[in-house]
Amino acid sequence: MIKVDGVTKSFGQTKAVKGISFEVREQENLVLLGTSGCGKTTTLKMINRLINPDKGTISIDGKNVQDENPELLRRSMGYVMQYIGLFPHYNIYENIAVVPKLLKWSKAKTDQRIDELISKLQLPEHCLQLFPNELSGGQQQRVGLARALVADPPILLMDEPFGALDNVTRASIQAEFKALEELQKKTIVMVTHDVQEAFELADRICLMNKGEIVQIGTPMELLYKPANEFTKKFFDGQRLALEFKVISLKDIWPFLTDEIDHGVKELSIDTSIWMAMEQLRQSDGNPLLVNAPNGSAPKSVNFNQLTSAFNHYQNGMTND
Amino acid sequence: MIEQRQSLFSFMAQESDKLLTQTFQHIGLTFISLFFAILIGLPLGILIARRRKLSTPVIGVAGILQTIPSIALLGFMIPVLGIGAKPAIVALLIYALLPIIRNTYTGIIGIDKHIIEAAKAMGMNKWQILFHVEFPLAMPVILAGIRTATVINVGVATLASYIAAGGLGEFIFGGISLNNTNMILAGAIPAALLAIILDLLLSGVQKMDFKKLRYALIILPLSIIVFGFFYLIPNVYGSTLTAGFTPEFMGRQDGDLGLKSAYGLKIHTIVISDAVMYKAAFAKELDVISGYSTDGRLKAFNLKILRDDKGIFPPYYAAPIVRSSSLKKFPGLAEVLNKLAGQITDSIMTDLNYRTDYLHQVPERVAKDFLIKKGLWKVSRNGNEGIVRIGSKIFGEQYILAEMYSMLIKGYTNYGVATKTGLGGTKICFDALVNDQIDFYPEYTGTGLLVLLQPDKKFVQSIAHDKDKTYHYVKTEFKKKYNIDWLKPIGFNNSYALMMRQKQSQELNVNSITALKKYLDKH
Repeated sequence: MIKVDGVTKSFGQTKAVKGISFEVREQENLVLLGTSGCGKTTTLKMINRLINPDKGTISIDGKNVQDENPELLRRSMGYVMQYIGLFPHYNIYENIAVVPKLLKWSKAKTDQRIDELISKLQLPEHCLQLFPNELSGGQQQRVGLARALVADPPILLMDEPFGALDNVTRASIQAEFKALEELQKKTIVMVTHDVQEAFELADRICLMNKGEIVQIGTPMELLYKPANEFTKKFFDGQRLALEFKVISLKDIWPFLTDEIDHGVKELSIDTSIWMAMEQLRQSDGNPLLVNAPNGSAPKSVNFNQLTSAFNHYQNGMTND
Repeated sequence: MIEQRQSLFSFMAQESDKLLTQTFQHIGLTFISLFFAILIGLPLGILIARRRKLSTPVIGVAGILQTIPSIALLGFMIPVLGIGAKPAIVALLIYALLPIIRNTYTGIIGIDKHIIEAAKAMGMNKWQILFHVEFPLAMPVILAGIRTATVINVGVATLASYIAAGGLGEFIFGGISLNNTNMILAGAIPAALLAIILDLLLSGVQKMDFKKLRYALIILPLSIIVFGFFYLIPNVYGSTLTAGFTPEFMGRQDGDLGLKSAYGLKIHTIVISDAVMYKAAFAKELDVISGYSTDGRLKAFNLKILRDDKGIFPPYYAAPIVRSSSLKKFPGLAEVLNKLAGQITDSIMTDLNYRTDYLHQVPERVAKDFLIKKGLWKVSRNGNEGIVRIGSKIFGEQYILAEMYSMLIKGYTNYGVATKTGLGGTKICFDALVNDQIDFYPEYTGTGLLVLLQPDKKFVQSIAHDKDKTYHYVKTEFKKKYNIDWLKPIGFNNSYALMMRQKQSQELNVNSITALKKYLDKH
């Protein structure tokens, strides 16, 4: 859907992006991950032409973005940023209605769409008449998301969207974000420096360093099949936590024991190890029941069984 | 104090028509110029916010314009724009420009860049960003600039009366010339109130939140335009000729008041500064002016004095007036000063004035040439037995006289000299003398009588036409009242006079004030 081909960008003497190429597939969530100054934000901003590349082309559905009117191009993409960038002189309704106004939507259509969005994003109804400074940081970021989504653009660009939030708020908004139906159908390019966040939200991760792409792949691939030393080292600090997040019960299913204990609570087979551990911790040592794939018998699991199965799986992966 | 205040109120009540007119004109001038300053300053501010390289030169030029003294600026305007409202508005607008440009610029570049990026990312074009984002967000800062400009304008607009544009300056400067505190206050108090009220109103607008600001932004430009039209309200005169009188002349019995009561003269009159009046008459902006009979510009601009056939202008013989204490302190001073007595006739004085005013010779040279010609000049003795302080009013003749006295004192005595020339008007000069800031300055008998002593009208009429009676009266009264001595008269009589262009006077066959009155009644 989005195709970046041999794109280069310099600011003065500094080469920010050095001839990178990648593709973003339809309805996929691609995360550009890397340390500050690696060129990830520059790359993102070249997609909606906030920055124009020196060399190379970016095309969307086969059309070169350089041939499009930049204003019309931008109206067809949602943009969410770390600093939110709500207009302090507009109330919330007007902030969300910016793009519909540019697109000359009728008042009724705008109203209906905004009502729909604020309920989906769990914003209180009365907030529409408030001004941004009267909202909490989390609410402001939801408004920022609503503003990006209001015209239902097929593409969403997000620049460190949760960067300005405190840890608690960030975790809850990330969870909502993941669950939001509206976002499932979107092609999303997201920039972050937060590894946990990337693993939480990405379908694929594009790891960048010094203006170049180090590796593109699923979180699983980056963890278990690092292309080079840089990738490997990049995740070393939090490897175990990341593994718990990317591996699900489905992956370790063959290593779980067949015996069935009295599982109180049921778990989906798609649950990550991380989430399963959370659930076990909350169930006071009682085992949980895991529903089987394609209708075979369910298996029960307790903490020891879980970690032992995980270890088996790990051994299998690394021996490959 | 209470007496003073009551008389101020009664003055204001008595002159309420003029006060209202002047206040309207003042508000009008302030807002018309503000309107144009915004019209020019706002786009310029936006331009330099877009092209930062231009910001230093543009703000620099606006800053330089700001530093030009207001009277000088008004003076520069006359050859191009004449007198009246046009040059006043342009001058005011120049002063208002800097705060508006600078605040528009800082307001726009001070906006959080993430907000601009968000606007861009949402697909706004640069005009939409300007009008919907940058402009409203910079508005509090821009309003602060407009507020500063407004207050500056209220202040500078008082000077508009110098070039016949009206406003509260008419009372203020008239009052200063006439030594009339009530008149000064009647102009100064409303001007100050105006500045304070406008400042408060605009600070209110400036502090509004974005919600209320929307309405304010509609009301504000409208009210600026509406107030601007105030200027037009008082314009209800009508006569074929236009007179330009100085603020001082307007309030004097031997001036406009006398013209009205003795001659019944009714003419469309504008108030104008002495500095530009002659030039304006020459440029046919004015037809009749209130000049001085020895003024060099009379010769330079080919003007004709209308005969004062009813004798309302009393004689104004010039003589140095000296503090009695100074005469004691500097023995021999009186003799030296009296060396000039009887030396300068009307025509000589007019010629000397012509040299400074028109030929632009420095007063020092004119004075020296004259003294040498008369055989009075002596090389300075560079004396150091005390310093004599000479004052002068702010016009050419007084500068020349001050220079002559300075040379005489240096040449004939062992005293040093300090000149304090260019003291604003009769009141300032006289106050400086009374308060021992200067030792002497040249004064005129008529001024001493009518402006400083102000005896009752009947008495004035009984002595004003006799030059000797007037001289003796002021001499004794000044000694008694202020302990100030009048030395011997210098010789010339610099009285008020009505003048017209030589050519126009011939065309209309108007040679006297009575003839002028008859002409006006017919046309």
